[in-house]
Amino acid sequence: MDSNETLVSVRNAQLHYGVGGALQALRGRSSVVKAVDGVSFELKRGESVGLLGESGCGKTSMGRLLLKLEEATGGEIFFAGQPIVGLRGAALRQYRAKAQLIFQNPFDAVNPRFTIRATLSEPLENAKIPVREREGRIIDALELVRLPQPQQFLNRYPHQLSGGQLQRVVMARALILQPEFVVADEPVSMLDVSVRAGVLNVFRDVRDRLGLTAIYISHDLALVRYVCERTIVMYLGRIMEDGPTEDIVHEPLHPYTRALVAAVPVPHPDQSHDPLPIGRGAPDPRNPPSGCVFRDRCPYAFDRCASEVPQLRQAGTRRVACHLF
Amino acid sequence: MSETLLSVRDLKVNYRVGGGGIDAVDGATFDVPRGSIVGLVGESGCGKTTVARALTRVMADNARITGGQMLLEGTDIAAIPERQMNALRWRDIAFIPQSAMNSLDPVYTVEYQLSEVLRRRGGMGARQARTRSEELFDMVGIEKSRLRDYPHQFSGGMRQRVAIALALALNPKLVIADEPVTALDVIVQRQILDQLRELQTMLGISVILVTHDISVVAYICDMTVVMYAGRIVEAGPMKAVLTRPSHPYTMGLRNAFPDLAGAASGTLTPIEGAPPNLLEPPPGCRFAPRCPFALDICTKVSPPLRELEPGHRVACHRADEAAVLRELAAKTETWLAHA
Repeated sequence: MDSNETLVSVRNAQLHYGVGGALQALRGRSSVVKAVDGVSFELKRGESVGLLGESGCGKTSMGRLLLKLEEATGGEIFFAGQPIVGLRGAALRQYRAKAQLIFQNPFDAVNPRFTIRATLSEPLENAKIPVREREGRIIDALELVRLPQPQQFLNRYPHQLSGGQLQRVVMARALILQPEFVVADEPVSMLDVSVRAGVLNVFRDVRDRLGLTAIYISHDLALVRYVCERTIVMYLGRIMEDGPTEDIVHEPLHPYTRALVAAVPVPHPDQSHDPLPIGRGAPDPRNPPSGCVFRDRCPYAFDRCASEVPQLRQAGTRRVACHLF
Repeated sequence: MSETLLSVRDLKVNYRVGGGGIDAVDGATFDVPRGSIVGLVGESGCGKTTVARALTRVMADNARITGGQMLLEGTDIAAIPERQMNALRWRDIAFIPQSAMNSLDPVYTVEYQLSEVLRRRGGMGARQARTRSEELFDMVGIEKSRLRDYPHQFSGGMRQRVAIALALALNPKLVIADEPVTALDVIVQRQILDQLRELQTMLGISVILVTHDISVVAYICDMTVVMYAGRIVEAGPMKAVLTRPSHPYTMGLRNAFPDLAGAASGTLTPIEGAPPNLLEPPPGCRFAPRCPFALDICTKVSPPLRELEPGHRVACHRADEAAVLRELAAKTETWLAHA
């Protein structure tokens, strides 16, 4: 597999939502939330990239744009060289088979009235896989995610499975059509710690075995680090920093990334209790600061930050959107 | 400092379900020293929230305290009449719920909700309540002008600060916080924990912090109590429990937890299996079915909680071998071989 081949290319992607109805508009109060605002990056085939950020930073919106669950209001997204904007009908169905989502909450991601067999048959039906092949494909997918003795699960309902088992089923469903690209949106955030590790290990293992290209969306840098060699840090719809995860963990450059890394809780009694290098309170997304969106919480902000939006620039192994670099 | 504020002895809480019952808490014994933060840690369904709720005696309709004592400064609050208990709530024991979004009433301003506690529970007049409300907002770092705002006008972190202000309104001795930062982003989480610690030190109160997250325990707690399947498996000073875990479950939790301070190449090791169904708990140690060190006796006899070193107690038949088991537990193979 050529590891230099670009599989996904995002160019200046935007997802803007209008908020407030007609009445608000009459009062001149209607506004726009820029959930994703000018995001550009590329994914090589076989690469795993973490999309890291806090609630409202646009990471989930970006994931939805990549899967065309949401239509970009601007910019372009290419998959294997083809634009996905404007895909319809059979071409869209084909794309959907190649690009899959692994949901956050396994209990919300499956129909409680479907058995595991029915849950896993559905994508096969949609892809018009012949009936006689389906059972075998289902068993293969369940074995892939390391559910022991898969047959015993086929006739069970979701509530009869533990969270960890069900998340593996959700993963199996995403993988059953042999996608090239998966977006995993906080796939273990609903699971207990003792079980989480198992699901993460399966995810890593499957990705490596199938050579999947993956986006791992999370607010937890420790988890992203476990799964992804590269991390993209987002804040208020924009990329703040993008680079090798280890570099970001050990020497974060962007002031926001510094605060984020310092805030990650670690399970050791001896750790820094220094105040975080960040101002309190995220800004109103309808009314972000001018210039750099992080400047009102940034301890290093200076005049230029208010007047000029910092572009994402190459700084060594990384890209950083900060006037300091 | 080492004086005990709350002493829980052999607490049992039963939920009636269908024809039978579940002992969600099956003999919990631990102490809360005055002026300390005690982390009650465990996974979903281990009974940690049930213990917290039992301490306030505000429980689900089908829950009942079926045994044990909860001694608050010597008074068994499990045994006192409801009227007397009600007088303790807010004044002596206050509660910070997991989701402040759901605990604040959306149709009233936060000032109204604060003054309700201050006036009804604290017997304050309108003016006094106003002054105290402003003082409380000042303590938790919110502008006084925002007292007249409604809950939806606050961000998640701010709402959690409001919930802390509410809990501290009448200077309680004990604050029980149920996953107070779970729904929050890491930066806000850290800021709220810092705030909680600062106020706890300033006011000299005791806090029971219920959490599933051992890193939250490591960051803020003085003591920790680890629960598994309705029982306490390990308890003691936070540093001792986290650096020298002596119960295999605590050891396993440490392995499963991603650690940003550790090496990148480290593997996370899950604890295979799932906690037991409490309708039919296994005889003996409840962790035995998932424990790589389980002996014959573990599946038959329930291990008592015994003191390993001063203040550090463990419920494990092999607690004396803890140092050796710790070394083995650090190896992934140990847990894989068991699976």
